[in-house]
Amino acid sequence: MTRDARITLTVNGEEISAVVAVRTNLVDFLRHDVGLTGSHVGCEHGVCGACTLELNGKAVRGCLTLAVQADGGTVTTVEGLADSGRSDALRAAFTRRNALQCGFCTPGMLASALSYIERGGSDDRQAIRDHISGNYCRCTGYQSVVDAISDVIREGDGA
Amino acid sequence: MTGPATIFDRPNTYIGKPEPRADAARLLQGRGRYVDDLNLPRMVHAAFVRSPHAHARIRAIDVTEARAAPGVLAVYTGADIAAEVTPYVGTLTHMAGLRSAPQYPLAVDVARWQGEPLVMVVARSRAQAEDACDLIDADLEELEAVCDQETALSPDSPLIHEEFGSNLAWERLVEAGDVDTAFAAPGVTVVERTFRFGRHTGVTLESRGTVCDYDPSENQLTMYYSGQAPHMMQVILSKHLGLPEEDVRVISNDVGGSFGIKIHTYGDEIAAAVAARMLRRPVKFIADRMESFMTDIHARDHVVTARIGVTAEGNIVGIDMDDLTGIGPFSMYPRTSAIECNQVLNLTGAPYALQNYRARGRVVFQNKMLMCQYRAVGHPIAMAVADGLLEEAGRAIGMDPVALRKKNLMADDSYPRQSASGMKLDDLSHQKAITKLTEIMDYDALRTDQAEARKRGVYRGIGLVSMVEVTNPSPMFYGIGGAPIASQDGATARLDAGGALHVASSITEQGQGTNAILAQIAAGVFGVPIDRVRVTTGDTRNVPYGGGTWASRGAGIGGEAMLQAAHALRDQVLEVAGTLLQTTPEALDIRDGNVVDAGTGAERMTLADLARTVYYRGNELPSDTKPELIATRHYRVTDFPFVFTNGAMAAHVEVDIETGFVKVLHFWAVEDCGRVINPMLVDEQVRGGVVQGIGGALYEECLYSPEGQLLNTTMADYIVPMAAEMPDITVAHIETPSKTSVLGAKGAGEAGTGGAPAAILNAVNDALSPLGASLWQMPMTPQRVLTALSEG
Ligand code: FES
Ligand code: FES
Repeated sequence: MTRDARITLTVNGEEISAVVAVRTNLVDFLRHDVGLTGSHVGCEHGVCGACTLELNGKAVRGCLTLAVQADGGTVTTVEGLADSGRSDALRAAFTRRNALQCGFCTPGMLASALSYIERGGSDDRQAIRDHISGNYCRCTGYQSVVDAISDVIREGDGA
Repeated sequence: MTGPATIFDRPNTYIGKPEPRADAARLLQGRGRYVDDLNLPRMVHAAFVRSPHAHARIRAIDVTEARAAPGVLAVYTGADIAAEVTPYVGTLTHMAGLRSAPQYPLAVDVARWQGEPLVMVVARSRAQAEDACDLIDADLEELEAVCDQETALSPDSPLIHEEFGSNLAWERLVEAGDVDTAFAAPGVTVVERTFRFGRHTGVTLESRGTVCDYDPSENQLTMYYSGQAPHMMQVILSKHLGLPEEDVRVISNDVGGSFGIKIHTYGDEIAAAVAARMLRRPVKFIADRMESFMTDIHARDHVVTARIGVTAEGNIVGIDMDDLTGIGPFSMYPRTSAIECNQVLNLTGAPYALQNYRARGRVVFQNKMLMCQYRAVGHPIAMAVADGLLEEAGRAIGMDPVALRKKNLMADDSYPRQSASGMKLDDLSHQKAITKLTEIMDYDALRTDQAEARKRGVYRGIGLVSMVEVTNPSPMFYGIGGAPIASQDGATARLDAGGALHVASSITEQGQGTNAILAQIAAGVFGVPIDRVRVTTGDTRNVPYGGGTWASRGAGIGGEAMLQAAHALRDQVLEVAGTLLQTTPEALDIRDGNVVDAGTGAERMTLADLARTVYYRGNELPSDTKPELIATRHYRVTDFPFVFTNGAMAAHVEVDIETGFVKVLHFWAVEDCGRVINPMLVDEQVRGGVVQGIGGALYEECLYSPEGQLLNTTMADYIVPMAAEMPDITVAHIETPSKTSVLGAKGAGEAGTGGAPAAILNAVNDALSPLGASLWQMPMTPQRVLTALSEG
């Protein structure tokens, strides 16, 4: 039936060692075993993007990644992005633009947006829309999210 | 209604300002508290075996192996749960003739839709509960299913509830004037179309779920509820589990989207409460995405045949329609599944000065998931039928759709008045709205562009809608029919010892910004900076009694209660201040957290000083002074069943006639929701609503096989609007405050969803019209567009 494995990984700068069932996915592990409930689960089949988080510097779907795949790796969640200050500009822009309503998509949206901004994405609205097209939001209609991301890119350019 | 004149021009007022939401900080740091984030001591997890058939008799269920599976604490069949609850019936006395059968949380003898829960397994982890579900052997005899609402009423259809003798749940006829005579008059052109509106669903990103806890020492049931109406849920649990209302506490923390999905009675959630009581420990149930598609209420599912009559000069003489809607095997409890059809009958053509109107609605049972109230209940159907017919009539008589609307929309100075269906209307601005809409979209330039594009073989379309939205419902909506649903709301304002303002309200937050607008109203009316306000909502033990947030009622009803409470507290504080400062209350005001001289604005004392004097040093007060630093007020709408809003919207689309794809190029919305409390939040409500409406118009559909199998139960198969396909949406306002309250706010949450489908339908048909094609079915998928083109 279920097998267990020991994993050791760094989560938001803290080393964590745990025994997990090998079938446990990364987002469930973070939410239920580590207690970091900021990452959300919307579909568990890789479509909605609510579980998007950072593994080894890349944005990944936490529901499509097994916890054992993160063994030895470095994970940053929405909580870590806030604590380290990396999401400061984005959070300010999301607040100013009201780019969140219920907030359930927000952690994944921030992770996707940050990966776009940090690798030098342009402020072209359609390019932003294309990039966040893996993140479902039922509430906002997306325009305010696009506005917020584009604000951060422009501010970063000194505009 | 008149009120304190000073409310809107006070120095501290936040009403009308785009204040950012205080809640955003928490949610942006991943510190929200959604139901699945809760982890209580000794908590166990539920999973369900669900009916694989749309209609089946339960012969036997063998749970032996599941009971022995690792981690399993309990396995409950339908009969086990039924022994612990009374059944519920989704009828209301004011919906005359509506019938539905008693329903239990889990199917007992017969399963009536695919996805209906049959067995509940409770285990130490969700994974273990699901593993055990796989070990359950349900012996089911498949019965013939009734799926197509168009054949459900035929005499040879199988029956879902034998005792009713037919599959008809409800029927209503509205008649005003004489449509037949009006249509037969010389010079009248009559256009008839059949509209089909597919089923779709809410797809809240946070699925339904609950944690229920039971403490036998106090007989206390606590439900952590991802929903919109905590007090309603409290009554339902109390009534059907047989607990005193005061022993049921419903707490709603952060809710990850709701849109009307999370306001109904779901068997799996009730079963979680039952299991918590039986096991005397917390039980968590979180629907997975497949369960959401199969068991969240579905919406729409209407077939409407409708006619409009118009003279050569463009006077609409009447509308005649017949709506047939399928609601699943039961009427949903406690709001009923007839409300949507009722709204369609009430609202079709309501913006227009119609003399003759006939509308028949029939609501039928079928073996699909239950259909019930979802954002903009009935509005998308009513608006698409009336405005779809209007634009088609315009094509028939060769009249521009804007001119045709202007000719027939009610005049802005003609209120109060009634719609042909008998709705009381006041404070509307249809003419101003359509004028403003055509200005902001530059209608004439778009028509020029459209003609140019057609020459290049590019098919663009412009579609409009003029609409009303039902908001701020009075007791006439549910309470009158016996539903345990409050139409009034309460708000409390309390000054704490540090001079801050604590407010509590019975309306709830699901992301609209409820808490933010409560703070804005309270801060401004009372006189403190907004960052000194703390808001409590969503806990039946700690907030005044009230209805919650639905039917676009939060701002208009809960906001008015807040205004009245803050104003009352201000008077009470000034009374004490007058005593302390030896002057009259009228000579004083509260501004920026201080008691000031009303005339000069000079500070007399801080609120903290005042509060500390009252709370700590009461000896400094005359003994006949009995200060009250807390005030509560309640508010309900009287005189009107609903407070209507109006709006006008337009879509600009491009149809690719090779692939059938519809690209929405831009969308405009002009909304009159009365006084705007926070323009940023209102704009975002409109945008989010429009995008949901576009989803229903172009993409979203719950597809069933003829046997009643739901075919698309993943987010990969059920298409929702994503960022890349969505347009930017321009929003503009007209503010005609409602006279029913001092605040003057009407609702704004549903207009976008109610109006956008009609605008999209009209835009697509405008694009197709030069090709002689038209399409009257939603969603307007590429395949349907191509079919329409090949038939055109
Ligand atoms: S939960 Fe991972 S993509 Fe939806
Ligand atoms: S804010 Fe609710 S899903 Fe995006």
